[in-house]
Amino acid sequence: MNTAYLYSLIAVVLLGLLAYIGAEAAGLEVLFGVIIPYLALIVFLVGFANKMLDWGKSAVPFRITTTSGQQKSLPWIKHNRFDSPFTNGQVVVRMLLEILLFRSLFKNTRTGFAKDNQHITYKWVLWLWLFALMFHYSFFVVAVRHLRFFAEPVPFFVSFLEQIDGMLQILLPNLFISGVVLLAGASLLLLRRVFLPKLVYISRPADYFPLFLIIGIAVTGLMMRYISKVDVVRIKELTMGLATLQPSIPEGGISGLFYVHFFFVCILVAYIPFSKLMHMGGIFLSPTRNMANNSRAKRHVNPWNYPVKTHTYEEYEEDFRDKMIEAGLPVEKE
Amino acid sequence: MAETPKPEELFQNIDHSLPETPWEDVPPDLSEGRFCYPTKKKNLEYLDLPTTTGGEWSPADEQWPIPDNWQEIIHQGFKDRLEKYRSLKVFMDVCVRCGACADKCHFFIGTGDPKNMPVLRAELLRSVYRNDFTRAGKILKKLNRGRPLTKQVLKEWFSYFYQCTECRRCSVYCPYGIDTAEVTMMGRELLSLLGLNINWILEPVANCFRTGNHLGIQPHAFKDMVDFFCDDIEEITGVRINPTFNRKGAEILFITPSGDVFADPGTYSFMGYLLLFEHLGLDYTLSTYASEGGNFGLFTSSEVMKRLNAKMYAEARRLGVKWILGGECGHMWRVIHQYMDTMNGPADFGEIPKSPITGTVFENAASTRMVHITEFTADLIYNNKLKLDTSRNDKHVVTYHDSCNPSRAMGLLDEPRYILKNVCNNFYEMPENTIREQTFCCGSGSGLNTEEIMELRLLGGLPRANAVKYVHDKFGVNMLSCICAIDRAALPPLMDYWVPGVGVTGIHELVGNALIMEGESERTMDLRFEPLNEETEEDADE
Ligand code: SF4
Ligand code: SF4
Repeated sequence: MNTAYLYSLIAVVLLGLLAYIGAEAAGLEVLFGVIIPYLALIVFLVGFANKMLDWGKSAVPFRITTTSGQQKSLPWIKHNRFDSPFTNGQVVVRMLLEILLFRSLFKNTRTGFAKDNQHITYKWVLWLWLFALMFHYSFFVVAVRHLRFFAEPVPFFVSFLEQIDGMLQILLPNLFISGVVLLAGASLLLLRRVFLPKLVYISRPADYFPLFLIIGIAVTGLMMRYISKVDVVRIKELTMGLATLQPSIPEGGISGLFYVHFFFVCILVAYIPFSKLMHMGGIFLSPTRNMANNSRAKRHVNPWNYPVKTHTYEEYEEDFRDKMIEAGLPVEKE
Repeated sequence: MAETPKPEELFQNIDHSLPETPWEDVPPDLSEGRFCYPTKKKNLEYLDLPTTTGGEWSPADEQWPIPDNWQEIIHQGFKDRLEKYRSLKVFMDVCVRCGACADKCHFFIGTGDPKNMPVLRAELLRSVYRNDFTRAGKILKKLNRGRPLTKQVLKEWFSYFYQCTECRRCSVYCPYGIDTAEVTMMGRELLSLLGLNINWILEPVANCFRTGNHLGIQPHAFKDMVDFFCDDIEEITGVRINPTFNRKGAEILFITPSGDVFADPGTYSFMGYLLLFEHLGLDYTLSTYASEGGNFGLFTSSEVMKRLNAKMYAEARRLGVKWILGGECGHMWRVIHQYMDTMNGPADFGEIPKSPITGTVFENAASTRMVHITEFTADLIYNNKLKLDTSRNDKHVVTYHDSCNPSRAMGLLDEPRYILKNVCNNFYEMPENTIREQTFCCGSGSGLNTEEIMELRLLGGLPRANAVKYVHDKFGVNMLSCICAIDRAALPPLMDYWVPGVGVTGIHELVGNALIMEGESERTMDLRFEPLNEETEEDADE
């Protein structure tokens, strides 16, 4: 059995303990509240930019669109504009559908064997699509909501989003949907990786680690909000200090739980550029998706195209002239 | 190779349970029957490509004949390609191992071998990439599971990059469009730096370089073969056709895979082309120099692909044609559609393709100057330019196999269907998840249609065959049509094994049957010299 997830789980727990003890017992608030956050941010920014530039540096020699629908050819044949985009505008739509709605995952099927009647079956399955959508959107909403800690006055769109996110507060006071959905989404994605044999087999520790980390972030966040109420005013004092480049540790201190949460976030942010989490940037650069399927209409230029040795017609005729003449085939040189 | 078991048995034995051992530690199966034979050295030498250090060798050998600094060569080759192909770099970095692609590969479905899941196939390269080229890979070794490039890894590459038909089905489902075909292509290029190629690919490549076609048919023989078709056509229809070869000043150059000249049932489609052009009075010529539409260079390296493909434009220029018309072939069209103009263009001859019969201008081929025969024929039918007797195809209950490349690298989906519906009366689609962009490979693409791996090919082709079986059982389908020369070679044995009673045809064979030629005698036989109206009873209850 693959025990990769155990290692990742242990790693995340240890990191959490480290932050808790560091801030609560060892008095390292400055380290966990100021130094590490700044470092993480720098690592993220530099690393992310580096990776994007590095990808950008590599050439795109050929237009290798993966077409998933009818090409544009004869005017009376219905062209599938977004699965086989012909113009850049159509490419943009294809990309948006992919990035915002995870269109390819929406097509997912599961292959099965009906051994008795010797049929292979393909079932449309939407679980992965659904979990991924839950996870990414709630993550996004949670991230935006947290801008409230880094801006004063709180930007209007943050308050607006909070109102929507808090829709269910009529039923359950204080509840933000996004936090719960994030925890659920991440957990479901994790469960796939722990219980589906194929997923277990292909997963590496690096696949479990960020999931545990994010679950850790969500759990500590929810705990602070619903169980051990932390002092939000002091937290905002700290975060505003960071945002305005005048960092200070608030008088009276903040609960260790917060430092665990914050430390997890820092690790995640710093980890992004070196991991598969870079898919958030890479998706924009995938040549099979971000290019138009018009390579016969518009010539694509390969920056490193170089001359190659070919077998010219002259060489060919040289080889076969007599036979060609005999067969009555026209030749250049009699 | 051991005797191939009965279909039911082979099917029952497909095992999708996963081994206890992590995939990194499972050695590749390089026993006889599980690998393609390596290329003869002479082919590499003829093409000035890197060769192995020894004489004849077999992948089953413990020691492979590779130079001492082979790791260095691969490392450098990998590095070059990361710079030259953004696709490779992005695909190495962004896979999240979500598993969406895992059960989309026909080879995985058929063999149950986890390393035939596209995601793991790509991990074979990716694990080395992480180790050699990423900082995180170096620092977080445990977390990232990088692998140093060992001989075992090299053997894995050889095994699994020649168990991928570069069909791109996985790419359709991947949320980032990761195209494992692209990864396979890079993997094969790297292997080829050490002379590790397979003969079924390199022999045709060498032939093609010299004679202009994969089969090594020399000019006079090529002409003879076509003349032979003309005799057959005359016998069947009473019409004599005299196509021209290498004729300067023709309006159109016609290029089709040489498989159509050489092997049944492709030959019948070739006859179909000839009939069609005669029917139209088209001003076209065939070339013995550019006598190959296919391009096995695509399965070797981009450089070799370019070297072979160069002949098309060179010949078009030399003959002074206006544009090129291309026959039914799968990978040929990937090269033409996605690579040719970029590699060997711009097409500085002729003009934007325009059908001399209908006046339709093929704007979609404005730059490349090459039109697909089904685009051409669909336009003719739409404009009522063909006299057709569809009843001549009545004995066929037809379904259509989308070949991988036209569907996923071109989007050519409805043109052939439109033609089919206009040349035959009984047409049924296979189930939705097995056609169009979701189509399944014949299991023998990308140069893998070689005898020594027959069982693998039958397993890889199973998903396709199984979908045919479905419509065979349900609607009595007895004819599988396609627009690919490799299909026409690979599908017949696949059908004979899994769905006996189903034949294989090109679209233009059916067109040729249906065409009412001027001055023809009454037709009693189809292009196969088989009676036109044999009833279908015997097929129906197979
Ligand atoms: S679908 Fe794409 S991201 Fe998911 S495992 Fe396959 S290659 Fe990786
Ligand atoms: S390209 Fe086709 S054969 Fe290759 S891994 Fe993907 S699905 Fe399998």
